[in-house]
Amino acid sequence: MSGSNRQPHVDMLRSPLGRARGLGSARAGSKHWWAQRVTAVALIPLTLWFIWSMLRLTGAGQAEVQAFLGSPFRLAMMLALIAATFHHLQLGLQVVIEDYVHDDAIKLASVLAMKGVCLLLALICAVSALHLGLNS
Amino acid sequence: MRDVREALMVARNSDGKLVRRPLSPHVQVHRWPLSMALSIAHRISGVGLGIGTLLMTGWLASAASSEDGFEKYQRFLGSAFGILLLFGWTAALVYHLMSGTRHLWMDLGRGFDAKDYENSGLAVLVGTGGLTVLIWLVGLIVW
Repeated sequence: MSGSNRQPHVDMLRSPLGRARGLGSARAGSKHWWAQRVTAVALIPLTLWFIWSMLRLTGAGQAEVQAFLGSPFRLAMMLALIAATFHHLQLGLQVVIEDYVHDDAIKLASVLAMKGVCLLLALICAVSALHLGLNS
Repeated sequence: MRDVREALMVARNSDGKLVRRPLSPHVQVHRWPLSMALSIAHRISGVGLGIGTLLMTGWLASAASSEDGFEKYQRFLGSAFGILLLFGWTAALVYHLMSGTRHLWMDLGRGFDAKDYENSGLAVLVGTGGLTVLIWLVGLIVW
């Protein structure tokens, strides 16, 4: 919305209804909302497990971390945690960016960049965990 | 008016002149109840945790790279700055976990009575403080 103090006037050629139809919901909102809730529920047990595991690994050396991830169950939990965390993160950050960035071009660019960084970090984490766990 | 989203912001006064409607008072003029502070803290802690994932990424990646690299990283985490980061990360994680669970409960349509709302908010605050301190006590004893 323009914040100008000029006398208000209407200079649209399209009818307000036509504009509203063009601007309407993409009908994809609930999918985003639902995915955020599903990952949130998954992250409750996964995060508690993560905190517990980090406490067990306090001060651990590389060999101990490697041995820790050598168990298929723990490696699977770690991969699930990584997937849920970064999926939940990019969904949440997208909403934050969309709330505060109003310029369409900057919004699109920053959402894409953020999603790229999240995906890359998730891959680094997953590949590292797999590398450790499968070579122990 | 160039954007249909402004349609509701423009109206005619009794003289038939187009005027911009006055805006209602916004966030900054209201008293801040606990629920408002908790809500924005949930978002801030979420963004903080997003930055905090760099700590986990560094930890896993250094462990996967070399024993030497991992030792260096562990030394960084054990430094005063590293401990400050880890403590902030723990507090943000515990807060976001508890506050998020409260939000899931509210997504089910529960806990909206003024009293329940206030009490669950307080419980999240107390729980965050308690669990964060407990985690660090256990961590320091194990260490």
